[in-house]
Amino acid sequence: MENEHIVILGNGISGVSVARHIRKLSDKKITIVSGESDYFFSRTALMYVYMGHMKFEHTQPYEAYFWKKNRIELKKGWVSEVQTAQKVLIFEDGTTLKYDRLVIATGSKPNKFGWPGQDLKGVTGMYHKQELEAIEAYAPNNQICKRAVIVGGGLIGIELAEMMSSRKIPVTFLVRESSFWNGVLPAGESEMINRHIFNHHIDLRLNTNLKEITSDENGRVKSVILQETGEEIPCGLVGLTAGVSPNIDVFKDSEIETKRGVLVNRFLETNIESVYAIGDCAEQHEGIGERRPIEAVWYTGRMMGETLAQTICDNRIAYKPGHWFNSAKFFDIEYQTYGWVFSKPREGEAHFHWKHADDTKCVTVCYDSSSRRFLGINTFGIRMRHQVFDTWLNERRDVDYVIENLCDANFDPEFFKHFESDIISAFKNEAQVEAA
Amino acid sequence: MSIQQSMSLATPDAPALSTVQKIGVSQSVVGLVILLLATFNVNFPNKTLFLCLALGLISLGVIVFSRDAYLKKLPGIKNDGVWFRSSTSRGVLGWATGIFLTAFYIVLYFYPAYLGLGDNAPNTGLVALFDPLSQLLSGRPASQWFVYGTLYTVLILVFGYKFILKYRHNRYEQIRTVSVMFFQLGFAYLIPEFMYRMNSTLPYYDLKNVWPLNYYFFDDWSIQGFLANGNIGLAFIFFGVFSTFVITPVLTYKFGKRWYCSWVCGCGGLAETAGDSYRQLSSKTMVAWNIERWLIHTVLVFSIVMTTGVIYSYLGTDSAQSWFTKGVFISFVIGFLSVVFAATMIFKHKELGKDAKFGAIGFGLTIAALLVLFFTGTTNEVFFIKSTTVRTAYGFYIGSIFSGVIGTGLYPLLGNRSWCRFGCPMAAILGFQQRLFSKFRITTNGGQCISCGNCSTFCEMGIDVRAYAQKGENIIRSSCVGCGICAAVCPRGVLKLENGGMDGRINPTQIPLGNDLALMDLMNLLRTE
Ligand SMILES: Cc1cc2nc3c(=O)[nH]c(=O)nc-3n(C[C@H](O)[C@H](O)[C@H](O)COP(=O)(O)OP(=O)(O)OC[C@H]3O[C@@H](n4cnc5c(N)ncnc54)[C@H](O)[C@@H]3O)c2cc1C
Ligand code: SF4
Ligand code: SF4
Repeated sequence: MENEHIVILGNGISGVSVARHIRKLSDKKITIVSGESDYFFSRTALMYVYMGHMKFEHTQPYEAYFWKKNRIELKKGWVSEVQTAQKVLIFEDGTTLKYDRLVIATGSKPNKFGWPGQDLKGVTGMYHKQELEAIEAYAPNNQICKRAVIVGGGLIGIELAEMMSSRKIPVTFLVRESSFWNGVLPAGESEMINRHIFNHHIDLRLNTNLKEITSDENGRVKSVILQETGEEIPCGLVGLTAGVSPNIDVFKDSEIETKRGVLVNRFLETNIESVYAIGDCAEQHEGIGERRPIEAVWYTGRMMGETLAQTICDNRIAYKPGHWFNSAKFFDIEYQTYGWVFSKPREGEAHFHWKHADDTKCVTVCYDSSSRRFLGINTFGIRMRHQVFDTWLNERRDVDYVIENLCDANFDPEFFKHFESDIISAFKNEAQVEAA
Repeated sequence: MSIQQSMSLATPDAPALSTVQKIGVSQSVVGLVILLLATFNVNFPNKTLFLCLALGLISLGVIVFSRDAYLKKLPGIKNDGVWFRSSTSRGVLGWATGIFLTAFYIVLYFYPAYLGLGDNAPNTGLVALFDPLSQLLSGRPASQWFVYGTLYTVLILVFGYKFILKYRHNRYEQIRTVSVMFFQLGFAYLIPEFMYRMNSTLPYYDLKNVWPLNYYFFDDWSIQGFLANGNIGLAFIFFGVFSTFVITPVLTYKFGKRWYCSWVCGCGGLAETAGDSYRQLSSKTMVAWNIERWLIHTVLVFSIVMTTGVIYSYLGTDSAQSWFTKGVFISFVIGFLSVVFAATMIFKHKELGKDAKFGAIGFGLTIAALLVLFFTGTTNEVFFIKSTTVRTAYGFYIGSIFSGVIGTGLYPLLGNRSWCRFGCPMAAILGFQQRLFSKFRITTNGGQCISCGNCSTFCEMGIDVRAYAQKGENIIRSSCVGCGICAAVCPRGVLKLENGGMDGRINPTQIPLGNDLALMDLMNLLRTE
């Protein structure tokens, strides 16, 4: 159907990717709906707006003319209800929008675990643009916000800590775990990041839970109280960064089947015909490979969009992500991962860990201890090439080959110091120790 | 739009300067005030002392400032508050600096007498303050150009130091900055002065300053000056031609235009050091890119025609006197251009794509202009205009107004490389080579890009780096000067400046690495957006 109307709910990376690719493949009518912003922007860059590295418009990957040129209509507004029988979206202001096919790409929202005081003024997540605006309002500088408390030690939490310290606002960082992000990172890495956080003068509190947030007489946050010690920490901003979950409240009363997210099959189709879900809000019935059923990362949203465009344009194909990879940055330390490295080696796996003496670079390689097959690598402070690891994983290389050829994977800028020979000798030493 | 407004209303406070940084700034300001007072003819008793004091304080101020700003923090990207500072976000301070610099350039180029340049009389004012240093280096009194050269060099050195501290985690940035500092101090500043000391009839020659950037190299006075100096002069002429036609293409083939623009060139040197704080101000819009392509190639055509005209006007017509007559010369130029053009169209048509049209227009105009020149030219007229007038016009509009007044004066408004981007004919030639015959490219790291936009924001050449990176496509743009900042600021390690094989250098992709292989193959065959 060339002239059918494809409506995409959500103008994030997944919604925009599917729109762009549908346009590449067809002349269908496309409308993207979002209540958050006029134009697609990069959520991952919100921190840089607060830090003054970029203006908000720099986070928008396409200039305004792009949408016109590609005949992608943009509609701003919050959808409050979906009627799948009538194929219509109903907006908060009562207006409606008919669709022939609907792509749900509503993304995530920050988790709140029912903490007392979690809805006070000055308590906010860090996901939507509106939340960044709240942060700007409540923590414009260290006079108005004398301290910020961040609850939850994940990727967004540490970004918020970096944001605060860019404006010299003292930060107390509450982390439930015994070491930063150690549900994901192996101990050596996680501990290195702990030290790096301390070096940035962040008051990092490990093994610490939030009990409640107290209010002043104006309904504004006054302090937080800790679970373990009962200590009260006065603050002007509380950042709730204990993870995100799919933003799917509007579908709860619809026919569309949901669990934590909108449930989809491998073709990204929901239980309702002509309704699809992609990106952060989509939940696979079962995780693909080692991947989780809900993948809340940038590139998976993009890949789902790329894939779904084919299906919508009559080339029905399944979502088949390649090898896992990801990246992040912890203050000054860049992190990349290719393949799977779990925080502790699983049954039959082994880790090789190397750390540089300056405590800002390290590498962990995971391999199968009997076949020695290379399974994945985490790298901190050394950039590595996606292409090379993707090939090695496809070729099922063993760990010895990977370590021996690590310099082929180096992606650091020219003239940077290389550490491959260090890593190789450390690897050999460890092998000798094991053999002895 | 209400949201957008609230964002822009709440322009956050600029990060406050620390006490030490304030001391640094005041030191520099005192140094500047000494120079200003000299300009307004305050007669300093001991010129040497006050000159040292002025330059010393300016330098010391920058050094004190940068040590406090960067060494007290862990190594890493230091762009906090760039868009909140009035000076670096086109605020009041930015405008004030722009106006001050522009005024300085106008006086420098057109009213040097205000700076105290003596017209057959001893210097006064600012120029006189620099007399002792000029006497020391070359044994002659200072000129306005000596004042400018000295300030220029000092700025590259001290802001180079600042830049090195700012990027102390990045050896590419450090090494290339040491390189521009070295070339400026040695080649642009000291060597020509020493050369004058040894042989005062040689024209000023900065060996690294290559035609067409060095547009006066082939001027009559320049060539005559070299010729009057026998073998050494001839050697210089030979070197000048050799650097334009051999060294430049070879190095650009191997390393991209960055070998010149970010490692050697003085204009680039100032932009990268003193201009570093303004790199984010370059416009990334498609409109700006279109203006860029028209403007820079127009200047290139202008400079080729102008130089040809200048050489033409002093060549003879009588082949009995010299075989190298006007006719031979014009035929040679047209022949050379045609060979380059034909070779490009034959071998590189595909890579040029849409730009082939621009190339053809530019080429056609150049040849047409040269032919008109030939048929209308006499000994001192080209296009029925006095050839010196064409040359003067070029020197005035391009050499002075564009490269100096607009190019540098407007750093705080248009970004630090607007000359390099919109006007430099050398950059146009190098860019052409880089686009078509170079091993240089910026590779992107598979599917790692998160479209954050740091790279595009901080690209001083206004290249929308993200547009390529988010598709997993190599960046091969004629304007890229290889400064490496996009790669430095990328928080996900996506970009790498590399020299590699010519095959697969240009890799237009629709789907970056990471997705279903069959799908990637399918889509990447389409190759259109
Ligand atoms: C601070 C931060 C940093 C991050 N950094 C990284 C990173 O480094 N790497 C990485 O891989 N991932 C990162 N992520 C995660 C990544 O940004 C998300 O995975 C991605 O943006 C999800 O894209 P999406 O298109 O699925 O949804 P979204 O980007 O959330 O877009 C959904 C849009 O739909 C709108 N919407 C939802 N419901 C409605 C409704 N009812 N009516 C109208 N509009 C609606 C939302 O307002 C939103 O604009 C980060 C996230 C955050 C918040
Ligand atoms: S693309 Fe990168 S290396 Fe090239 S000029 Fe821009 S910032 Fe510099
Ligand atoms: S290449 Fe790097 S800096 Fe540029 S948009 Fe992608 S992640 Fe951001």
